[in-house]
Formats: sequence, C-alpha cells, structure tokens
Amino acid sequence: MEFIVISLIKSAIVAGVLLTTLAYLQWVERKVIAHVQVRMGPSRVGPHGLLQPLADVIKLMTKEDLLPPYVNRFFYLLAPFLAVTMALISISVIPFGPEVTAFGHQTFMQLTDLNVGLLFVLAISSMGVYGIALAGWASNNKYSLLGGLRSSAQMISYELPLSLAIAAPLLSAGTLSLRQVVDSQSGYSFGIIPQWSIFQGPFPQLISFIIFMIAAFAETNRVPFDLPEAENELVAGFHTEYSSMKFASFFMAEYANMITVCCMTTVLFLGGWNPLFPVSLGSSYVPAVVFALAGAVLLYHGLNYARRLDRITLPLFALVFFGIAVIFLIPFLQVYLIPLFWFFAKTGFLLFVFIWVRATLPRFRYDQLMGFAWKYLFPAALLNLLVTGFLIALKG
Amino acid sequence: MDLVFFLIFAIIAIVSAVNVIIQTHPISSALSLIGVMVSLAALYLLLGADFLAMAQIIVYAGAIMVLFVFTIMLLNTGGETGTAAHGAVRASGIPAVLALLVALCYTLQRFYPSSTQAVFGGFTKGDAHSIGDALFKQYLLPFEVTSILILIAILGAIVLARKEID
Repeated sequence: MEFIVISLIKSAIVAGVLLTTLAYLQWVERKVIAHVQVRMGPSRVGPHGLLQPLADVIKLMTKEDLLPPYVNRFFYLLAPFLAVTMALISISVIPFGPEVTAFGHQTFMQLTDLNVGLLFVLAISSMGVYGIALAGWASNNKYSLLGGLRSSAQMISYELPLSLAIAAPLLSAGTLSLRQVVDSQSGYSFGIIPQWSIFQGPFPQLISFIIFMIAAFAETNRVPFDLPEAENELVAGFHTEYSSMKFASFFMAEYANMITVCCMTTVLFLGGWNPLFPVSLGSSYVPAVVFALAGAVLLYHGLNYARRLDRITLPLFALVFFGIAVIFLIPFLQVYLIPLFWFFAKTGFLLFVFIWVRATLPRFRYDQLMGFAWKYLFPAALLNLLVTGFLIALKG
Repeated sequence: MDLVFFLIFAIIAIVSAVNVIIQTHPISSALSLIGVMVSLAALYLLLGADFLAMAQIIVYAGAIMVLFVFTIMLLNTGGETGTAAHGAVRASGIPAVLALLVALCYTLQRFYPSSTQAVFGGFTKGDAHSIGDALFKQYLLPFEVTSILILIAILGAIVLARKEID
C-alpha cells in the first residue's frame, strides 16, 4: 500500500515536471534559435513570451481535427498514440537522484529501478519507430510514405552505433541497472577529476560519447538528420496529413525523445547527479552561486533597460532567481536539491546543444546520412568497444 | 496478481497470433505479429527472465519486425484477394486446424502428465551475468559456430544481392 502511494506521488511529480519541460523546451528552442539568428523570438504572449507554450497548447487543442479520406483509419489513429506513449514511457527508469528519506520513507529519486533498465530504454525506443513508420504508411500520401520509410531506415541504421557506443561505458560499469551505472561513476581521481565515464580510466569514453550524441540526433530525427520531415522535399514528411492534437502528439514525442536521450547521456557518460568537483572544494555552493549570478545579470539589465517593460519584469525575475539561490543554501533541502541541480544542469546543457546544433548545421543529404552511419560511425564504435574491452580485460 | 497478468498477456498473444493469419493486409498481419512478440516478452518477464524479455523486444519486435514492416511498405503491396477455391479451402482448413489442436493437447496430456509446472518468477538464472557465463563458458563452441554461421549467411546475402544488381 505504502509502495503504491509513494509510486503514485512520484509518478505525478515526474509526469508534471516532464510535461512542463516539454512545453517550455519549445519556448527555449524558439528563443535560442531566434537569438542565434539575431531576432527576438516569441515576445507577445506574456512577459518575454513566457506564456507562449500555453497559447500554443490551446491553439493546437481547439484546431479542427481533420480525418482525411482514403487513410487507413485504424493505423492512422494508432500511430500518434504509439509515438507519444513510447516516447513518454522510458522516463520511468531514469534515475534523477540518490536514495533520499522524505517524511520518514526511504525512496529513490527514480520511478523504478529495473536491473535491465538500459535494455528497457533501448527496447522502448526501438518500438517508437512504428509510430512514425505507421503514420507515414497509413496516411496514404506519397510524401508521408517516403518520410516514414526514411525514418525507419535511419533509425535502424543508427541504432547499431548507438548500442555499441552504450556498450563501452557499460563494460567499465559492469551492470545494466541505470542506478548502478551512476553509482559506478561517483568519486574523484587525484581528488579533483570526476570519475564520469568520459573521464574514467582505463579508457575515457570520449569517443563513444561523441558517437552516442551523433546517433542520438539521428534517432530523435533532429537537424541535421531530420530527413523524415525535410520540408523542402517532403512537405512535412510523415505527419503531413495530421492536424490538431494528433500533430501535437508527434511534436510531443519528438521533444520527449530528446529529453530521454539527454537524460540517458547524462546517466551513462556524465555521471548522473554526481557533481563536477568534490563537496570538499565547495561544489554544493555552485547552484546558489549560479542562480545568484543569473539574478544579478537580470537586475543589471533591469536597471539599464532596453524596453520599458523590462524595468518591471527583469527585476521581478531577478528576485525569483535570488529566492531560488537562497533555497539552495538551506541545509535541510540541500540533500534533495543539489543532486537534482547537477542532473538537470547536465541534461539542460545537452538539450541546449541539441538546439544549438539545430540553429547551426544544415541538413544532410540522404545518401550521406546512410553512408556516414555505416562507413564511419559503425566501424568507429566497433573499434572503440574493442579497445575498451581489451583495456578493461588487461586491468583485470 | 501474476496469474491475472499471465492471463491478460496469454490472451493477447493468442488473439494476435490468430489475427496474423486472418488479416488480409500484410501490414495488419505484421503488426499482429509484433503483438505476439511483445506479449511473449511480457510472459518471459513474468517467469523471471528479464534479460531475455528485453532481448526479445529489441531483436524481434524492434529490429526484425521493423525490417518486415519496412519491406512491406517499400513494396506497397495491397490486401489479399480471395481466389475461387477460397470457400472450399476455408471449409476444409478450419476443421483440420481444430483436429490438429486437439491432437496436440491430447499428446501433451498423454505423454507428459506429470511434468513440473512453470512458476512465476521461478527462473532465477535470467540476468545478464548468468547468460554471459552460459554463453562464453558452457556453450562457447556452439556460440562461436553460430556466429560464424550468421556471418556466412550475411556474406551470402550480399553476394546474391550483388549478382542481381550487376
């Protein structure tokens, strides 16, 4: 009974945070891309466009839900459902923080710790292909079909380097449970360098980290590998025929996949919730300092305002940030918040990289995409796995 | 609780398996087959073989069935159409299948009346470590021979495909 109650509470928290992040990730993406292109980005709805996601959700929900004739009804309706379910479900095995005691109950900051957690994520992500492939096929539209075909071919091809890149850090961790993978990366060599997979001996997993990230871009159908929805040749690819909430489902699935992949990268390569440098050197003050600095920058811009509205909104936001900084200093809350801060900081940085790449790189050509996976990425991943295995066997 | 889940997934597996045969469109059949694979994985999970269950989903439901679906989509085949002998085949086929099922049940009951029942969660050697041990110590030779066999099959497929292109 207690287990069920705790699980329900945890699920509610994770679902709430995940869905809010999904909505705001899109706002962040539009803002970042806008600033890369020297534009303002969304700024009409709410201060700095902060209510834009809400407006978008209302717009998508109230749009006419079109069911085109000639589609295969059953699969046409199944596809978005499948895509979004498979995208949201894998967050359930991601560990966000260590074991904590809350109100007298010991629990992990994780929904469930499977001893095959990593395989579970791979299994779910391999099922996610069907959502896109079916959407393309059931739409009965040649552009959609091409998009669906491209996406399945691309995801099968990139799954191989992805899995091989995962296997290398697992060799040093020696487990498939994501929680134990993070635990194996705690501690510091020479008292300062964190033992994350990308720094850990005998063979730092930098190469497999890069391979994993590249494959992750392809698996989530993001620029520069967004061939399935290449708008200048395929209209909108596999979701051409979808409208309203069904379109929103695909949209959500893409962003949820992005979040999952970034969480996985954090867990596998960047040491999960382990801080960048030891607590003895003051790493538990980092969150407070970061938020205080952000508040100070906001306050400065509020005092030297560019637009008249900034005079009110920016100091207000600065106040919020100072408040968060103070919360991070409360010893009673630090146990919960500091690991979460490190986890979300790393994941957030990776998400930023995803957006950054989208704003920077042009799209690949389709044959380049396939050639790259099979001729360069796959052999490189194989070689990396071989060297890692050899060195770990030598070490004993 | 285990029994409830077993019944749910067993029924899904059987219904999907029957659906593979009675659906006339290849895509529907392929997707029903995925249903069979996934519910089989759930049954493995109930028995305690976690690693096997995940491997089942990744390899069969994920990789192999994606290739099936991909090929069907690429060829863009339509649904089957009945032939003239359709009714006659159906009339003779259904009783034959039922007879086969009865014969199977009878044989199992007759020759293995006292075989031990499977226990939910009873299979304890299903984790990655035990499977690795079994593959690389106990069954090393068969494992390597199978790998070479698969390699030969892959090379053979490439050689045959190239001949077609040239």
